[in-house]
Amino acid sequence: MNYSANEMMTIAAARALSDRDVCFVGIGLPSAACNLARLTHAPNLVLIYESGAIATRPSVLPLSIGDGELCRTALTTVSVPEMFRYWLQGGRVTVGFLGGAQVDRFGNLNSTVIGEYSRPKVRLPGAGGATEIATSCGRIFIVMRHHPRAMVRKLDFLTTLGHGPTGVERRQLGLQTAGPTLLVTDLAILEPDPVTKEFTVTSLHPGVTREQVRANTSWDVIFAEPLQETALPTALELETLRDLNARTAEAHGAAPALT
Amino acid sequence: MPSFLPLPAAVEALIRDGDTVALEGFTHLIPFTAAHEIIRQRRRNLTLVRMTPDLVYDQMIGAGCASKLVFSWGGNPGVGSLHRLRDAVENGWPNPLALEEHSHAAMANAYSAGASGMPCAFFRGYLGVGLPDVNPNIRFVSCPFTGETLACVPAHRPDVAVIHAQKADQAGNVLLEGIVGVQKEAVLAARRSLVTVEEIVDSLNPASPNSVILPSWTITAIAPSPGGARPSYAHGYYSRDNSFYVNWDAISRDRASFTEWMNENVHARRTA
Repeated sequence: MNYSANEMMTIAAARALSDRDVCFVGIGLPSAACNLARLTHAPNLVLIYESGAIATRPSVLPLSIGDGELCRTALTTVSVPEMFRYWLQGGRVTVGFLGGAQVDRFGNLNSTVIGEYSRPKVRLPGAGGATEIATSCGRIFIVMRHHPRAMVRKLDFLTTLGHGPTGVERRQLGLQTAGPTLLVTDLAILEPDPVTKEFTVTSLHPGVTREQVRANTSWDVIFAEPLQETALPTALELETLRDLNARTAEAHGAAPALT
Repeated sequence: MPSFLPLPAAVEALIRDGDTVALEGFTHLIPFTAAHEIIRQRRRNLTLVRMTPDLVYDQMIGAGCASKLVFSWGGNPGVGSLHRLRDAVENGWPNPLALEEHSHAAMANAYSAGASGMPCAFFRGYLGVGLPDVNPNIRFVSCPFTGETLACVPAHRPDVAVIHAQKADQAGNVLLEGIVGVQKEAVLAARRSLVTVEEIVDSLNPASPNSVILPSWTITAIAPSPGGARPSYAHGYYSRDNSFYVNWDAISRDRASFTEWMNENVHARRTA
């Protein structure tokens, strides 16, 4: 079957979740990946949205983090203060799934501003839940499209802590959680080097070249040896994702497709 | 016992220029109709507090109601930027907007602290990130028992909280269900509170024992406002108008189309 780079990205991200995970879901690309995992290999995956929905099983992807579908299909829905205190800060989430506008080589994220904070060129939405998701969840997966303006040498603003600006700050702060362990893009899978914590390409998606990845990464990206090739999407993965996106488009009217 | 008032009278009585006002509702039960009345009454220099300043604050900021925003995530969920918020921050239109920026965890804890009568909230957060450098209201304390570094922010104590709920009974007790967000905390943290409701009923029964109920003595005024959360939604009454959220991107992108939409859909309309 033919597939798009975005479909490959969502499918590769979905595969990283296990049936035993409890996952705090960001909106957009993370939400598509998490629900694809639940509808394929991880039927017992517990999805938590910051609006309060716990163990939700939406039949269409929510447009917002608090669509009614999330509450209607949840095991329970709690208040937002309870969500952030008992569930997230309480250490009851194994994986946080995040995106952002910029990521650096150590998995730090910016979703605050492009340019100076006091005189921004582009004012982005801000931290939302990400700042504490990144330090309270057992580990963090990041999903983002590969682009030189997204994969940057230096963040314009550090919204969400990965391994720290030089890769050591997270450890120095004494955080007990692992931080970012996976970065999935539309070109490749990157994982942190066990020692330096620098995100290194461990798998190229089928048909993608090292040159493409270099051209779309602003830091001098390192490739692991041996370098893997990401398994092709299966028919089940593609059909499930396309069904989910079709149901979502129908439910939201003019909503943008997430393929 | 709260006053039952028509919405224009309630806004006139409770909200003054220069107030700190929190309109809450986490995607669900967003008090749009109340916001439109605040815009029509041309309130100015408000400090607007809200975890997720989405379309409702984009409209209030673009209409010139706000001089400061206290928030943790300002976007059109699943769609993109808030163009009126960006125009105010990037270009000072229609007036400059000061920002006090937090994370969701900080905002939720600050509301809880306000509801609890505490001066501040502390929690595990803000480690290793940039916001404490640009927001002097983010500080750190050591746990007196373990020495752990904890983040500390002032409690939210708004002058007025404005929320939308499903029902009030004749005695003025209010019920909300579904995604209940941070509204209970916002009302209990505020000095005054305005609740718009889908309907006023003889009895809240059969309310589940675990429904969020705000007892009558915690509320200043109730205004009936069927459909008062549109284009967001009211669980059990109507669904979220997702296509409007998508269309808002084009409406709000430039000042002229925004102003025209506001004139037609807010200023030209009166609430009962």
